[in-house]
Amino acid sequence: MRTFRGAVKNNPMSILGTRVLRTEDPAFLTSGGVYMDDLVDERLTGSLYATFVRAPIAHARILDIDISAALQAPGVVAIYLSGDVPLADRRPPSPTFDKAMVQPLLAKGKVRYVGEPIAVVLTEEKYQGEDAAELVMVDYDALPAVVNPRLSADSVKLFDDAVSNQVGTFGSADDFDPDFFADCEVVFTHEIVNQRVAVASMEGRGGVSVWGEDGRLTAWISNQGAQGSKTALAAMIGIPADQVRVITPDVGGGFGAKFGADTEHGIISWASRELGRPVRWVETRYENLLGMTHGRDQVQTITIGGKRDGTILAYRLEVLQDVGAYPRIGAILPSLTRLMTPGTYSFKTESRATMVVTNKTPVGAYRGAGRPEATAAIERAVDFFALSVGVDSAEVRRKVLLPKFTEPHTTSTGAKYDSGDYETALNLACKSIGYDELRREQAERRARGDVKQLGIGVACYVEITGGGAESGAPHENATVEVHPDGTATILTGTSPHGQGHATAWAMLASDQLGIPIDKITLKWGDTDLIPEGGGTGGSRSLQQGGAAVQKASIELIELARERAAELLEANPEDLQMDTSIQGLKVAGSPGAQVTLAELAAKERLFVRSVFTAPGATFPFGAHIAVAEVDTETGHATLKRILAVDDAGTILNPLLFDGQRHGGIGQGAAQALLEEFVYDEDGNPLTASFADYPFLSATEVPSYELVTMETPTSYNPMGAKGVGEAGTIGSTPAVQNAVIDAVAHLGVRHIDMPTSAQRVWRAIEAAAAGGASASGGTVGSGGIASPDATATGIASHSTPDGKVSTPTSENEAI
Amino acid sequence: MIPPQFDYVRATSVEHALELLAEHGDDAKLLAGGHSLLPMMKIRLANPAVLIDIARIPDLSYVRDEGGTLAIGALTKHAMVASDPLVALNAPLLAHSAAQVGDPQIRNRGTIGGSLVHGDPAADLPMAVVALGVTLVVVGPSGRREVPVEDFFEGYFQTAVGEDELLVEIRVPSRPGVGWGYQKFVRRANDWAIVGVAAVGAGADAQVALGNMGNKALRASATEAALAAGASIADAAALADEGTEPQADMHADAEFRRHLVKVLTRRALESAAS
Repeated sequence: MRTFRGAVKNNPMSILGTRVLRTEDPAFLTSGGVYMDDLVDERLTGSLYATFVRAPIAHARILDIDISAALQAPGVVAIYLSGDVPLADRRPPSPTFDKAMVQPLLAKGKVRYVGEPIAVVLTEEKYQGEDAAELVMVDYDALPAVVNPRLSADSVKLFDDAVSNQVGTFGSADDFDPDFFADCEVVFTHEIVNQRVAVASMEGRGGVSVWGEDGRLTAWISNQGAQGSKTALAAMIGIPADQVRVITPDVGGGFGAKFGADTEHGIISWASRELGRPVRWVETRYENLLGMTHGRDQVQTITIGGKRDGTILAYRLEVLQDVGAYPRIGAILPSLTRLMTPGTYSFKTESRATMVVTNKTPVGAYRGAGRPEATAAIERAVDFFALSVGVDSAEVRRKVLLPKFTEPHTTSTGAKYDSGDYETALNLACKSIGYDELRREQAERRARGDVKQLGIGVACYVEITGGGAESGAPHENATVEVHPDGTATILTGTSPHGQGHATAWAMLASDQLGIPIDKITLKWGDTDLIPEGGGTGGSRSLQQGGAAVQKASIELIELARERAAELLEANPEDLQMDTSIQGLKVAGSPGAQVTLAELAAKERLFVRSVFTAPGATFPFGAHIAVAEVDTETGHATLKRILAVDDAGTILNPLLFDGQRHGGIGQGAAQALLEEFVYDEDGNPLTASFADYPFLSATEVPSYELVTMETPTSYNPMGAKGVGEAGTIGSTPAVQNAVIDAVAHLGVRHIDMPTSAQRVWRAIEAAAAGGASASGGTVGSGGIASPDATATGIASHSTPDGKVSTPTSENEAI
Repeated sequence: MIPPQFDYVRATSVEHALELLAEHGDDAKLLAGGHSLLPMMKIRLANPAVLIDIARIPDLSYVRDEGGTLAIGALTKHAMVASDPLVALNAPLLAHSAAQVGDPQIRNRGTIGGSLVHGDPAADLPMAVVALGVTLVVVGPSGRREVPVEDFFEGYFQTAVGEDELLVEIRVPSRPGVGWGYQKFVRRANDWAIVGVAAVGAGADAQVALGNMGNKALRASATEAALAAGASIADAAALADEGTEPQADMHADAEFRRHLVKVLTRRALESAAS
């Protein structure tokens, strides 16, 4: 039996910690959800449909736009261009970034990526929109496309008024210690690519806007937090936030890309006011793959040094973030990557990041958002080191993992890890998967020279959850109300879109109040009903939103106690909450009791509470992947993946494991398959699901999930977040496994995705000249080429054994 | 993702379909399972003015044993080809390759004739029928003609079926008990082949076809000739890329495809010989 921490647990038969089935699912599985395109509402009678004309070219000046033919097309009501829409450009997300890099809502003078909206066509019927959009004629004067972020700084400027294509920096090479690797016997450095991926939520973006007679805007938006969408939308159209009501329908996935409001939402809202009719927009998959922000896209230079016995002493991370055509949240994320540079380890680190624009889709948050990039970098670096010095990769990690801590540990980068026990997680993973036996089998296959070789990939991780708050300490609100019929309603500022909050929040209230979970209704995503809230992202919801529900439930009992005391003419302290009667009774006086429902019948019984956390929490774990590589073809198959994930105390193992399942599949897909590819002219090559791949059920093994629970003291439940752990631990574990399978052939690195061609080329290169690694060229079609930097600086020990350590950054790189 | 406007007519017989083709000419496309044509229309790569729906023409969905030859109607769905006992006995390679097409939804809608006239060099069925040496029966205004498979595929999405013609039947030589091998190199189970190899028979009788090694499904002539001359499987397979002109795309460059086709040909031949 799982024990639940804290003074708040008052029911020995608590539902908390048990595998409660999702109350959401019967509706989804029978009548189905109501997504953006399913929405039926009388306020939307007479809606117009918006279709966006999008740039077919990556970088060009717009010479002329001719809409005359399109205006004559059937059903066309209006067509708007940039000059018609008097909405403010979007500013870069940080005051430290180049201020000239503003994003117009519709392209103004230039287009900067394929898919950028140029015009909006409003039609009576949806199907008329695409025909009319085809008739909008745009004359372009093509400019050279900036595709490779390494060359961006010296390329043609995307923004005429900007200093260069550099958005900004976090940290500087000037701050690097020239003697950083001085005490190292060996130093290795390598450029690795954390490739660009599409977010590709099952449901794309969409919105409906309508203005009421009271002059207020109601906007349905497929989002991850209605309150944040309200603020963003109001700012975009220049009206006070209280003049906007955002309503969230069922949402088919967001993964970080549905926070706030997109330019399309601003335009349809403005058009709706202009035309006096509701305007609907639901993007196509093609638009989704080009228009929704992409994820990751960092070129990382890792330098790692230590002793020949496998002891790592120093690690440096240099990040080049491709932010796409306009700096969005993706330009901020390298700061999180830097913050998490040290990972789970005790050795010293230093880092810096540079952000540049390119002629590609803007980069935003994507499940993990900055942290997977840090984990991928350090876990690859540690494995690179282990393979190079010939010490087992688990053993190398054990030498340098931070020892268990229960009081917060502050890293050199300023991250305050709340609690951690990394070595136990690693040892548990090794034991559970049979690590030593796998190493034996690997050795046997190598000795036999099998065509199919085995690789074992290890990754330890620590990440940040619940860190997000626009200002102040992370917090969330909840309202709990008990009704006279004995049912209850919860209002939450979180925004479930698959996570199972209706189940989980009901469990938390039921645990306190005794009301069965099927009599508790959760409401979210209507800003008139719930004006404040942080939404769902950054794995924050349970530890703040759930904690607020629990807090409100406890406070509701206290409110009920006061009222019951008055009613029963008893001392409040003599009243005991009894969940079996869903009410309070007087100690020692049988029959002297009152239910919450009875109290609610006399006066509305509800409490709104805000839970404020001391800070972010830092879940951790260890993932081990087993891959089989066909050395003749380079094809890698994921055979096993085992995850030890410690996100504190678990509220519902079913929901917990569901998050891990999705995350592991998504993370493994980045290691094996996914890449959003552009050609050298900035044309997207993966703008449909025929070309952009996911792992399907056929390509993944059954996940082996092992649980560890190290509670946090940051909330009464002891819970941290688990929503993103899967994409943080699994990606480097799978990549390391593929490389490990061919490491005995001399391979030290293969960029993601570890495609057959890249693996084959790495084997060929290693066989040909001892080239120890093969890097891919970013954004140029994913064709791997032997990478000179792989071996050039692979080791600074000389053939006679004399060790030369780099004395400057230049020498190390 | 919405096709341009088009007209739709349903053909009630082969003769009716031919009349409609004659009437609409270049503007028309035949619609069978729709699993290649409709996606192309949705992304506006194909803009036919008229769709002639042949899916409900009776008597074009069948598998018949005609003594030494299997006759398969052009509208026979992949799922049926994959599960038909006559196909499994007489042309197991065809049954296997039909089972590799796309996913169950596609196999229950897509037709063998539709896949072949689409002429995608990376698809499963073209390389299978090339290896099997089938004959294709085409009808048109001037009557019925039989096209050997060597003459059927002409290039990317191009076949010998004329604008006014209709593929009605695929005639497969029955070879019960003859070994076969099928190697489809994919990223994921339901993807198109990056490279594919289909092989039937062994030694001098071996017939080997290659998928996605050029603008159409090809015979591995040099490999077949080497086998006929008594070469080992390994030596013959090393010649598999001779005469091919593989494309480079984001999955593989030409050099990797040339390497892959040798490995896959060896594996397919080993499988056919075992």
